[in-house]
Amino acid sequence: MAKRIEVSGLNVYYGDFKAVEDVSMTVEPRSVTAFIGPSGCGKSTFLRTLNRMHEVIPGARVEGKVMLDQQDLYASGVDPVAVRRVVGMVFQRPNPFPTMSIFDNVASGLKLNGVKDRKKLTEVVERSLHGANLWNEVKDRLDKPGAGLSGGQQQRLCIARAIAVEPEVILMDEPCSALDPISTLAIEDLIEKLKDQFTVVIVTHNMQQAARVSDQTAFFNLAATGKPGRLIEMAPTKQIFSNPAEKATEDYITGRFG
Amino acid sequence: MTAIAENKPAYDGQALDLTGKSGARAFKNTLATVLIVLAFVIAMIPLLWILGTVISKGYHLLLSADWWSQSQRGITVRREGGGAYHAIMGTLIMSLITALIAVPIAVLGAVYLVEYGKGTRAARVVSFMIDILTGVPSIVAALFIYAVWITIFGFNRVGFAVSLSLVLLMLPVVLRSTEEMLKLVPDELREASYALGVPKWKTIMKVVVPTAFGGIVTGVMLGLARVMGETAPLLILVGYSKNINLNPFNGFMGALPTMINQDRTELALQPAADRVWAAALTLILLVLVLNVLARLVARFSAIKSK
Repeated sequence: MAKRIEVSGLNVYYGDFKAVEDVSMTVEPRSVTAFIGPSGCGKSTFLRTLNRMHEVIPGARVEGKVMLDQQDLYASGVDPVAVRRVVGMVFQRPNPFPTMSIFDNVASGLKLNGVKDRKKLTEVVERSLHGANLWNEVKDRLDKPGAGLSGGQQQRLCIARAIAVEPEVILMDEPCSALDPISTLAIEDLIEKLKDQFTVVIVTHNMQQAARVSDQTAFFNLAATGKPGRLIEMAPTKQIFSNPAEKATEDYITGRFG
Repeated sequence: MTAIAENKPAYDGQALDLTGKSGARAFKNTLATVLIVLAFVIAMIPLLWILGTVISKGYHLLLSADWWSQSQRGITVRREGGGAYHAIMGTLIMSLITALIAVPIAVLGAVYLVEYGKGTRAARVVSFMIDILTGVPSIVAALFIYAVWITIFGFNRVGFAVSLSLVLLMLPVVLRSTEEMLKLVPDELREASYALGVPKWKTIMKVVVPTAFGGIVTGVMLGLARVMGETAPLLILVGYSKNINLNPFNGFMGALPTMINQDRTELALQPAADRVWAAALTLILLVLVLNVLARLVARFSAIKSK
């Protein structure tokens, strides 16, 4: 598993408002790519176009191409539901299903898509919880509600839920911004492990986090409020943080902006 | 630099006066507290008064087994005896049919408004119509069904016609409350489900509606409580029968509100007056029992957090 994402000439609109302009980039398989940039620069919006999740908001649309290996995600006839089955997502705030147990939360992707085989579900749940470094903490209370876990555990539960459906790509939208440093560390360790199997894209406001976990870093910025966000620079993370090509990137990562 | 330093007050180490309330603020606080408590007491007086009167005057008939198993067949206003079985069954049957018709329409309608129609012209029109329907008096709903069921189609006055008119009264109550409950379900849960590749309709059925289930049940109960006490549709569409009739498609049917209405005209006679109070208490108990049941259902299916 794991696929390469190639984006070319992507514009994202909310109604008439152009939120992201002319983004082209390649996200390598089995690696972690981090998006950094100031609030409102369109990095989350752009992330959500990679699994067509932005379409949930009425009036949102894109121009351009997003290729998942040979397949254009925006070709006519492509079902966004099918896209999301191969491109999973973890959100900013942990959002386990409140009506479901820990087991059912992890199994939900399979269950809701019609898998009933109890043995298979048990297998997948155990594997996914191991994969999300959560198994040891919850193995004795799988039938307890997922909402009863701590914030960091809930976020790992959400990651387990995302990997249970065996996607090719996992998108993470500021997955640690609501967590304490210890839980953040647990998630970062997990991201390191996930890239053996998946293509991981992570949006973060924490530049140390980008430097710690990612192989490639993309810096987004916007010229002014109300202007669309653009991709300023994308390069191997080491290079971005030591020797960025663009002045804007250097100003941002060293804290000299505005 | 120097200017700021010069203006800086010297540190004096004195205790601040933190005793708080000035006289005016303390007075306003007391006044508001008194008003609020007074409003609460005033609101409670009629409630307790009604409950107290109905219970004290009505309870003794409810203690006999006859009340729960006999009809009023052959019992005149001057005679004691008989029961309310025919009326209890009539109320339950008609309310149940009402709920069976109204709840699916209301819940699906609310799902449309919240999940599909948001912001569209169709949704605005539906929403507006529901607001109007909320304000329709029960007698108007009853006459509307009378016009359709009896005048146009030529059917007889039966329990089912009452249910149809009660649907008009229950629908907006349940739809509005369901709508509010669905709106409370965070979008993050919908997105979490979409992100797993779950289609929208399944997300709604398996994630959104179950999350809101407790609230939806409460709304249904509120709607039921409202229609169980309606009297106008009963008078116009099914009349009143002292006999047991369990068939909503044939013949007059008893119901608790019309049973109260029947004996109400002869309140000077003790047996009739007793039955009026007892029937009223029975109706209150029926609503209470349904509410308790609903709470139990909601609790066992509710959001689990510990």
